[in-house]
Amino acid sequence: MTTLAEETLAQKAARRRLRLEKLTGIGFATPATLLLVTVCLAPLAVLVLMSFTDYDLGNLDFKFVGLANFTKALHDPVFRRSLWNTLLYVAIVLPLGVGLALLVAILVHGRKRTRGFYEVAYFLPVTSTLIAMATVWTFLLHPKLGPINALLGVVGIAPRAFLSDPSLALPTLAMIGIWHLVGFNMVLFLAGLTAIPKDLYEAAEIDGCANPVDRFLTITWPMLGPTLMFVIVTSSITAFKVFDTVAVMTHGGPMGSSEVLLYSIYLEGFQYFHSAYAAALTVVFLAFILVFSVIQTFTLDRRVHYG
Amino acid sequence: MASIALKGIGKSFGTTGVLSGIDLAIADGEFITLVGPSGCGKSTLIRIIAGLEPQSAGSIEIGGRPIDHLRPHERRVAMVFQSYALYPHMSVADNIALPLTMQRLSVVERLPLVKHLSPRRRRVMREVMAEVHATAAQLQIEALLARKPAQLSGGQRQRVALGRAMVRHPDVFLMDEPLSNLDAKLRVHMRSELAELHMRLATTFVYVTHDQVEAMTMSDRVAMMDAGRILQLGTPTELYTRPATLKVAQFIGSPAINVLPGIVDAGGRVAVAGVAVPVRAPLAPGSRISVCLRPEAVAPRPRGAASGAGEVVIGAHVRRAENLGAEWLLHCDVDGLDGVIVAARIAAGDRPPPEGAIDLAFLPQACHLFDADGARIEAAARASAGAAAAIAS
Amino acid sequence: MNTRLDPVRAAGTPAQGAAAARGRAGAAAVVAPRSPLAATLRRVASLVVVHAVLLTGAAFVLLPFLWMLVTSIKPPDEIFTATLRLWPHHFNAVDNYRHALTSAPLLRFALNGLIVCAGILCVQLLTAIPCAYALAKLRFPGRRALFVLTLLALAIPVQVPALPLYIAIAKVGFLNTYLSMMFPFFLSVFAIFLLRQFFKGFPDDIIHAARLDGMGELEIVWRIVTPSAVPAIAAFAVFSFVAHWNDLYWPLIVISDANLAPPPLGMMFFADAETGSNYGALTAAATILTAPLVIAFLVARRQFIAGITMTGVK
Repeated sequence: MTTLAEETLAQKAARRRLRLEKLTGIGFATPATLLLVTVCLAPLAVLVLMSFTDYDLGNLDFKFVGLANFTKALHDPVFRRSLWNTLLYVAIVLPLGVGLALLVAILVHGRKRTRGFYEVAYFLPVTSTLIAMATVWTFLLHPKLGPINALLGVVGIAPRAFLSDPSLALPTLAMIGIWHLVGFNMVLFLAGLTAIPKDLYEAAEIDGCANPVDRFLTITWPMLGPTLMFVIVTSSITAFKVFDTVAVMTHGGPMGSSEVLLYSIYLEGFQYFHSAYAAALTVVFLAFILVFSVIQTFTLDRRVHYG
Repeated sequence: MASIALKGIGKSFGTTGVLSGIDLAIADGEFITLVGPSGCGKSTLIRIIAGLEPQSAGSIEIGGRPIDHLRPHERRVAMVFQSYALYPHMSVADNIALPLTMQRLSVVERLPLVKHLSPRRRRVMREVMAEVHATAAQLQIEALLARKPAQLSGGQRQRVALGRAMVRHPDVFLMDEPLSNLDAKLRVHMRSELAELHMRLATTFVYVTHDQVEAMTMSDRVAMMDAGRILQLGTPTELYTRPATLKVAQFIGSPAINVLPGIVDAGGRVAVAGVAVPVRAPLAPGSRISVCLRPEAVAPRPRGAASGAGEVVIGAHVRRAENLGAEWLLHCDVDGLDGVIVAARIAAGDRPPPEGAIDLAFLPQACHLFDADGARIEAAARASAGAAAAIAS
Repeated sequence: MNTRLDPVRAAGTPAQGAAAARGRAGAAAVVAPRSPLAATLRRVASLVVVHAVLLTGAAFVLLPFLWMLVTSIKPPDEIFTATLRLWPHHFNAVDNYRHALTSAPLLRFALNGLIVCAGILCVQLLTAIPCAYALAKLRFPGRRALFVLTLLALAIPVQVPALPLYIAIAKVGFLNTYLSMMFPFFLSVFAIFLLRQFFKGFPDDIIHAARLDGMGELEIVWRIVTPSAVPAIAAFAVFSFVAHWNDLYWPLIVISDANLAPPPLGMMFFADAETGSNYGALTAAATILTAPLVIAFLVARRQFIAGITMTGVK
């Protein structure tokens, strides 16, 4: 039986421990929090603020202009074209980058001895430095020297200047984007396929689900649902952030046909130094990304629910 | 006719042999259990019957027709998996309906959007759903039809798996350890339910388990397997009272049978712990054998008490007594044998169980003799006046 | 739970019902038995189709690598004849590679990549591990707010704060330094999130026992909890390294000095300088710059894939 004095001592010790824990927690979290503020939150706030001003890098002062930058963007043909190009790029890359990866994953999933080879082959582009490979691609697509045009010539198609033709430049970049993306998605799909219990297929086989079409529709497609949603969202975000190939291969040309949103932002912010305008464009960029991320969060929830 | 005939079934994965020389004739409507320790090949065998694995050798007939080339869904068998294998994204009703929709609708009528265009589909689905409801009613899961498997308990999932199997009206039910994922109490309950289901449906049941209690309580016949072979095929009583090998004797029965080392003396008689047992074994003198006794065949007596007629008595010391409520299980060290512990059952009475030094008495007819390879020895017991009419050993 | 099977409810007598139904099922399921030969042929045909598709895809995917390697050892005259010939007649590997290595500091680029990635990874781990531990195991004011903020930051790509950060760094005069290249990436919200998940699963009892033994909290973090997370940390390290080795946007903005350029930026400088002419040297440079990661991938395939697809396991 403890006396009143002993009770208070125990309580005091507990309170001291709790305070120590709080201080330790704060101490541990401080470096990361400082970085978080410096590198992410403060710049974000500055960005949003800046988008409401007319600041150009190097100016001595600035004034607030409300939504003028955004209105300007709305009426700016360059911005509208680059937004359109970006969405077009996503529209090409997404179905092919996801669909082809799914097809390859399903085919590779059943292989036993050759699976390793195919995994390596398809994943190789993901590990390579895109810029370096972009240079190789420029050569591959060369109208006179590149093997792709030579192959087309064998089949009887006239050589095309893939990167200098305004109507072909963006789709060509999209193809390269797909090339870079398929292996990544394939690995994600393989993980999803492996997670499907084998005895579901066996039970289905006994139940009459014998041919590949039935197996796919009854089991594979529904069970892959969450993985599929996830792959679609991450691929959308990755495609939306396209920059490297544009910067190295086409510089936004020819005639702006391959200028994408990030490249416009790069030009406005770091070549022309129209900082406030670039900030406004970045806010638009962020808005699109956030929409994709929100969708991703909701589909993740559904995935947890599924088990 | 849904009899099953397995002839010479063998299976190897690469160079690893898993089954060899399996011959089994299962009668129509029989409940037969394949029982054995892990890795004995029983699951592989049932999968071969289902058509999920091709056999490396031998043939299978169901109802007199060879089925070796038939795909699983063409064999008219239904299987309940250990994990139930319910389709997680479908409701219970759709799970049970799947075998029927696969059978009766064409591929076009099953395609995701196109299927709604077919008028025949609506009619067929009505019939299918009626049958699903009937099956669900039999299993008392009608209230669960709209739920998904993730929302069900283990016992409920088991019923859904059963329903999916039943709705096809198969010739044979195959069950791969369906009760092992349930807790002990539910398992006992489901044992009797499965037995009743078998009686009602009168269909052939092939049941796989590693639990010998399930094998004994539910089956018409039991096939005990080990290392890819059938050690013994017979009724539960036969396996219990006349085990064909030492492994069978040790596997069947709980608590396990007592195994005592014995030796054949010059006259062909058997000696255990220095005590002569009046049975003859047709083996060379000096051969080592195993003398096995069921715990209920061993009667503890106070040391030095008079033994009954024909009984063999060996000395022992009680190590521990387990209180099982209706009876005591005595664990005793046998005198003269190091490390051999004999379990003996006595009914719980008013008096506490014996302690210390005691005698263990048994009848020679109750011994099961196995040679050094584990094969059963047919021994001749010396008839003794007043011995109870014993089953000939 | 009333779970007894109800024998009364079956339609008609059980035997009748079962037999009738079996007749139905029998009529529906009479299928001509498939001969073994047809089955084997079907299997072979499907294998052929599958591999044909996969190999075609693999060929398309590997084409650039193959062409890169082959072109880098060809002499200029063979490059400029537009044939599909794969194997060169004359080997010019030494020249191409020498030219590449001398006209651009390729090895320097690789070294820069190494320095930057290693620096980033170090700081990321040093800040993320304690923070993740605090979020997972310690109670302190603002904990939930911090977690929500990290979730939010997870959705924000680096291109968003790039502009203000650039302005700030420019004003401070820190452009064209290693630090400026590494700075925005010192914080890895992904690492915090990932490690927090991991630490949450770490048994509290071990930590309590360590505290009772007199261990300070920092010691506990580094000597007990972190070693258990080594696989996750290793996978993250791969992810971080590869991502920052291949990053172009930020270095492009803050670096104009070729001596500090990491591989992507260096390649871009080199390509700009060699516009339109020396494809042999260009592909040689591309080979040199791509090789490290590719070799690492081939050596440690499993870890690589696990690391890079961590974004999937998020």
